[in-house]
Amino acid sequence: MSHFIDRRLNPKGKSLGNRQRFIRRARTEIREAIQKSLKDRKVTDTSGGEKISIPTRSTKEPRFRLSNQGGHRERVFPGNKEYVAGDQIRKPRQGAGQSGKKASDSGEGEDDFQFTLTRDEFLDIFFEDLELPNLVKTTLKEITNFSMRRAGITTDGAPTNINLVRTMRNSYGRRLALKRPSTKELNALKERLFVLEAKADKNDEERAEVPRLHKQIDELEAKRRWIPYIDPIDVRFNAFEPQPIPTAQAVMFCLMDVSGSMGEREKDLAKRFFLLLHLFLIRRYDKVDVVFIRHTHDAQEVDEETFFYSPQSGGTIVSTALEEMIRIVGERYSSADWNIYAAQASDGYTQTGDAERCVRMLQNDIMPISQYYAYIEILDDREMEVFAHDDSGAELWRAYGRVRQEWSNFATKRISQPSHIFPVFRELFNKQTAIQS
Amino acid sequence: MTSAVSKSSDKLLFEDSEWDFDRLRIVSDAIEDIAFNDLGLDVYPNQIEIISTEQMLDAYSSHGMPLMYHHWSFGKLFAHHETMYKHGYAGLAYEIVINSSPCISYLLEENTMTMQALVIAHAAYGHNHFFKNNYLFKQWTNAEAILDYLNFAKKYIAQCEEEYGTEAVENVLDSAHAIMDHGVFRYRRPPRLSADALIERQRKRIAYDQATFNDLWRTLPVRDEDQRDDEEDVPDSDAAHAHMTLPEENIIYFLEKQSPVLAPWQREILRIVRNLSQYFYPQKQTKVMNEGCATFVHHYIMSELFQRGQIAEGSMLEFLHSHTSVVFQPTFDDPRYSGINPYALGFAMMEDIKRICEDATDEDKEWFPDIAGCGDWRGVLKDAWANYRDESFIQQFLSPKLMRDFRFFSLLDKSEDPNYMVSAIHNEQGYRNVRTVLAESYELSRLEPNIQVTGADLAGDRKLTLQHMRQDSIPLHAESRDQVVTHIRNLWGHEVVLEEHDENAPPEEEEEPKIPAFLQ
Repeated sequence: MSHFIDRRLNPKGKSLGNRQRFIRRARTEIREAIQKSLKDRKVTDTSGGEKISIPTRSTKEPRFRLSNQGGHRERVFPGNKEYVAGDQIRKPRQGAGQSGKKASDSGEGEDDFQFTLTRDEFLDIFFEDLELPNLVKTTLKEITNFSMRRAGITTDGAPTNINLVRTMRNSYGRRLALKRPSTKELNALKERLFVLEAKADKNDEERAEVPRLHKQIDELEAKRRWIPYIDPIDVRFNAFEPQPIPTAQAVMFCLMDVSGSMGEREKDLAKRFFLLLHLFLIRRYDKVDVVFIRHTHDAQEVDEETFFYSPQSGGTIVSTALEEMIRIVGERYSSADWNIYAAQASDGYTQTGDAERCVRMLQNDIMPISQYYAYIEILDDREMEVFAHDDSGAELWRAYGRVRQEWSNFATKRISQPSHIFPVFRELFNKQTAIQS
Repeated sequence: MTSAVSKSSDKLLFEDSEWDFDRLRIVSDAIEDIAFNDLGLDVYPNQIEIISTEQMLDAYSSHGMPLMYHHWSFGKLFAHHETMYKHGYAGLAYEIVINSSPCISYLLEENTMTMQALVIAHAAYGHNHFFKNNYLFKQWTNAEAILDYLNFAKKYIAQCEEEYGTEAVENVLDSAHAIMDHGVFRYRRPPRLSADALIERQRKRIAYDQATFNDLWRTLPVRDEDQRDDEEDVPDSDAAHAHMTLPEENIIYFLEKQSPVLAPWQREILRIVRNLSQYFYPQKQTKVMNEGCATFVHHYIMSELFQRGQIAEGSMLEFLHSHTSVVFQPTFDDPRYSGINPYALGFAMMEDIKRICEDATDEDKEWFPDIAGCGDWRGVLKDAWANYRDESFIQQFLSPKLMRDFRFFSLLDKSEDPNYMVSAIHNEQGYRNVRTVLAESYELSRLEPNIQVTGADLAGDRKLTLQHMRQDSIPLHAESRDQVVTHIRNLWGHEVVLEEHDENAPPEEEEEPKIPAFLQ
């Protein structure tokens, strides 16, 4: 006789602890793999998990094992077709034969280890200890919607919200405490009375009992009226309270200079930067819209493909992009409903005098409604050295420096290599205080 | 005709492919009837558990055990299996069975009713019988105590993590896992210790510590290493030497008892790893027999159910489809070939023994005079299941007919020759050679390197000497060797040297392998 047990409802994720230990162990490699994988992602494509492949450096499990080279060995194989004892078979050439073997006969060979990270794990590692700037502050500031939440029990409210269990419990307790006569008790007396009254030949005792029963019944009924079955003081209601819900949507503006001076390298760097910002937002907000605005001497909203890959020529007027952004915000993204983020990438050149106009627009129109505005200037390595100091720089950089003084949620950075991006990104969001100082 | 059909469908245990618990019970009872009254199997009480795919993956990654302590390597395994499964590279096993009493079999909820029947016959009766009766399992494992012990191990290690930090525990476990294969007493049976006694001992130790705790001890000045060496360890190490029996093949045991640097909880962790290794030791040596036994049993029982009209033709076809893919053996030049399939070889051998008993040829009579034509295949098989392991089983029972059926040939690979040589094939001159070579390839002592502790200089510089005896001049894999030695050093705390000895070759100059990790 076998004993059957249904285990399907047992708690899942028994090996979650092991998984966390594993990810912690391989953290360095996983982080590197994620960095590499970013290249192939679209800015908005962060929905799925990530299948990654990491080198087995830190997750090796060495055992003593026999080498697959050297020595004498004899083995049996199935499926002989034409061999007879004494046949000689040429060994495969060293290089070719060996590599195949390495992969197959040792589970922990030199191969990379492949597995899938869940989306959450992917993002967790990606963002490790970053925090979204000003999030707490702004959500409090921008409360626009409320939802009702349970908030315990009250003594008054609408009849639809009566809490029956509580009400009946109170009622029962009160009835017990005040000794309300039960229906059963009353019925017993009434029955007795009925029997006596129906009886033709009553003896003395019974004849005396009848009025006594009448009296008793009257008393009990009176008492039942004084102590009602349900009293208004028993009644309880479920209470609900309006709870503010923070705006859970954000719009991200990607502004980029696409004039001739921005080459492939610059665009690639800018793309990575936008991608990182998007990843970050999507983790915090239910819904994230992305608006791509490209500009030369004149700006337009475009789709992602055009934004990054379609060539355009012309001069460079940065303020046109800001104008376009203000227009789109006005039309589609009211700051009451949307958290507004902007990321701007440029090589730092703009028409003479235009920088002042940009600063004015930022100060008056954009910064007051934005959660965060990040500006990166993409330079080449030589320029990085020349502009080593923060104060030196082209016109736009110096002008933006003034904005930065005033707005703590405005950040500027210079980058020249892919390797700069991640640290820059961390700084942008991590160190509000550092940016201000 | 119609009456015959209705009669047989009355007897059918199930008709469509959906399973439920009532049906499982009915089928399991029918299987039990054949297993006990026909085959005469002897099993532990069965506990059959239905699990989901995710739970199956969980079980995969902890050696199939229902509970296991936490370690990242299990997480790695899980991530691997999960990816393989989700991307469709690998299916899941239909079942996992645990050598415990009661014998726990996990069935996957996605199986059809036919598959559940097959799996119950395979695991709950086939494997179960083997676990209970094979001498290796009887001698090396405690089926009654394993679950309690795992429970103890899991709690103990969790407690250590809490007390000493995850990293410290991980450190010990990593090193212990590296020498897990060398944590087995191969030649003597370790003393039995029930989990209760263990826990009791543990509890007493802690209670003693608490009772004799005196805060004053903390205020004693700490003596430095050298002093301690001079005053205490010399007499101590003499005593230890007396206990030391060298050479010692169980490296974990040696470190657990003799390492100069380990704390008591670290020794206990080594013990846990060693006990687990011991528990899995018989399974490594009986893959062919264990699977052969289970496959033979399920095949016999399912065919018998069909004979009795208890399962329908559709189910029988489904069963045969699945059965043939399990016992499929690709030939050596097939891209799917990855060694000899233990299910195929095991099942073929069991069937062959049955054939020899019932219907022996002249050849069989010459090769197997004891059993040929004796008719009692049940008794012969049960005797084989109880008293052999893969190596001896193949050596004893592999018949010339099977070697011809599999078209076995043996290949000699000498590293100095440019060619492989076919040393024997399935013919009159070659049978014995092929059989011996095949049997030896299941000999664990040839698959795993023979490494022993040969010296430990406790009184002097505390150098630990390990020795690898090369067989057939096959050296150790160099990179993993150095890494494992580093792990042993981690547990020993002092220098560790691994010497390689080759019985066939004169001692080479490079006796001592370079172990850069020492020079940290």
